[in-house]
Amino acid sequence: MSAPVLAVEGLSIAAGDTLLAEDVSFAIAPGEMMGLVGESGCGKTITALAVMRLLPTPPVRIAAGRILFDGTDLAALDGEALRRVRGDRIGMIFQEPMTSLNPVFTIGDQIAEVLTIHRALGRAAARGRAAELLDLVGIPAAIRQLDRYPHQLSGGQRQRVMIAIALACEPRLLVADEPTTALDVTVQAQILALIDRLRRDLGMACLLITHDLGVVSEVCDRVAVMYAGRIVEQAVVADLFRHPRHRYTRALLDTIPASNPPGARLPAIAGTVPPPGQRGVGCNFVARCAAPVGRCRSDRPLLGASDHRAACWNPAP
Amino acid sequence: MTALLEVRDLAKHYAGKSGTTIRALDGVGFTLGRDEVLGVVGESGCGKSTLGRTLLRLVEPTQGSVLFEGEDITNLSRRDMNRRRRDMQIVFQDPFGSLNPRHKIGTIVGEPLVIHGEADVAARVAEMLDIVGLPPDAAGRFPHEFSGGQRQRIAIARALALRPKLLVADEPVSALDVSIQSQIINLIADLRRRFGLSMIFISHDLSVIRHVSDRIAVMYFGRIVEIGSAADIFDRPVHPYTRALLSAIPRPGLGPKPQRILLEGELPDPAHPPPGCAFQGRCRQAMARCATEAPGLQIRRAEGDLRDTACHLFEAA
Repeated sequence: MSAPVLAVEGLSIAAGDTLLAEDVSFAIAPGEMMGLVGESGCGKTITALAVMRLLPTPPVRIAAGRILFDGTDLAALDGEALRRVRGDRIGMIFQEPMTSLNPVFTIGDQIAEVLTIHRALGRAAARGRAAELLDLVGIPAAIRQLDRYPHQLSGGQRQRVMIAIALACEPRLLVADEPTTALDVTVQAQILALIDRLRRDLGMACLLITHDLGVVSEVCDRVAVMYAGRIVEQAVVADLFRHPRHRYTRALLDTIPASNPPGARLPAIAGTVPPPGQRGVGCNFVARCAAPVGRCRSDRPLLGASDHRAACWNPAP
Repeated sequence: MTALLEVRDLAKHYAGKSGTTIRALDGVGFTLGRDEVLGVVGESGCGKSTLGRTLLRLVEPTQGSVLFEGEDITNLSRRDMNRRRRDMQIVFQDPFGSLNPRHKIGTIVGEPLVIHGEADVAARVAEMLDIVGLPPDAAGRFPHEFSGGQRQRIAIARALALRPKLLVADEPVSALDVSIQSQIINLIADLRRRFGLSMIFISHDLSVIRHVSDRIAVMYFGRIVEIGSAADIFDRPVHPYTRALLSAIPRPGLGPKPQRILLEGELPDPAHPPPGCAFQGRCRQAMARCATEAPGLQIRRAEGDLRDTACHLFEAA
């Protein structure tokens, strides 16, 4: 693997004394799409926010670890140096395309703003480039669309505009947090195909945050599964779906309706995720696990460093 | 034996801006048998939630009729309708918004019993809580003390307290995490068997719909475009929209992926619906006739079979 664009090492995120994410490590190579998947509260979004240095500080802060972006530790950068990287070499897309755009500016102005700030383009040049970007993300008649306002666009079109803004400076890394969750399934398919094409064309590394295993299986190269603040399994996508090793991953794949005959009783995962602050010393999944062994309650299983790694004392056969 | 529910040409129109008419529901008809689950699937704005609410007259239909056990309920007086409502209940998507935060669970679940003048309310509330898998002390607690999955159990207990014959479930698991979703799907399946419930199960999630439904209706732009057995709709879809919708589902796992049909464009503007078929602007197989004449939902010859669909590609049988 060539030198990673992003290498997160031992990242822990805390709110006060409560750890929200613990010891998170992963790396993404140029042109690679990495999925970070898990259920509500697993720490995936807070991890993405930390990578972009957008944590609501205080109270939430990086408690430990490094976030190496092309070798520079983002966790150690200050305001101005950080602003130069963010929006320029790191692009971001969020779930809610309605609220991430400013309602009182035209979409042309919002795309051009990135270019005037980071590329020092003049007004006319920025506008011309904005039209090219809209074209790139599949908004037809781009020149005429530049003067429209966000409320005049559909949800899918707004997300395309967000992608245009994120890609304006041809970033090395795209962080996409649930980019298609608010969209209908046919529009989701369009947007995922677009992101997939662009990262191949531009050689961008992508971090895709999602709760949807189907989305991961469709577009990601590698995947990290998070549970209760920790990465519990990490593998090439095909390996993870063919042979899930962590008991949580296995249970999650088994419980979805698509894995079961229609009408059959679903193998449900009993109980709920332990909230931050109520996590024990052993494995966080032990109380819901179908195959716990003695040490699961007392010893924290570690992820290790193999290609297909799972933090499980009794991995699925 | 008569069907439990017979819906004829049901429509709900709203006044749009500057004199336009929004046809949220535009002439829908189907029957629901006893003990049957009809899945209603479609994307945002297709009219599926309006259908659920109009069936129960939570919104009044603009035209058409709903026959419940042979009785037309669309013209019932308020008093007679309220009496009928004990047989027809609904569960909503949002388990946070649908429970009054100031009422204890016992009051919430017992309210329909009190309204309909039933005896032994406390005992029956306790029984319902037990049936949906909540602890007995839940009756004395408030909604905020429960997780999303537990709240949905409370909403289900309330809906079933009067032992209705029909349950409309509007996206009942869509707000829940995967591992909680399967618990609630199992619960609904158990209750269906136990009480002999008939259900209208509304969801945008195709794999959930496939799992729970006997028959499926696919909606687009206020109309049913295809209806049939769950196996026919999923394994042998005929309407071009159904085919595109099914191909767009991201499927976890490694099985063969169907050729994806990427739809161009998005839904038409509801204030200015196109003449002819609402799907023609996105349909690859559209013909001249589709632009002028709206196809009716009827039995047609398709794929060597007789299928109930609204598409000019298939000749009426």
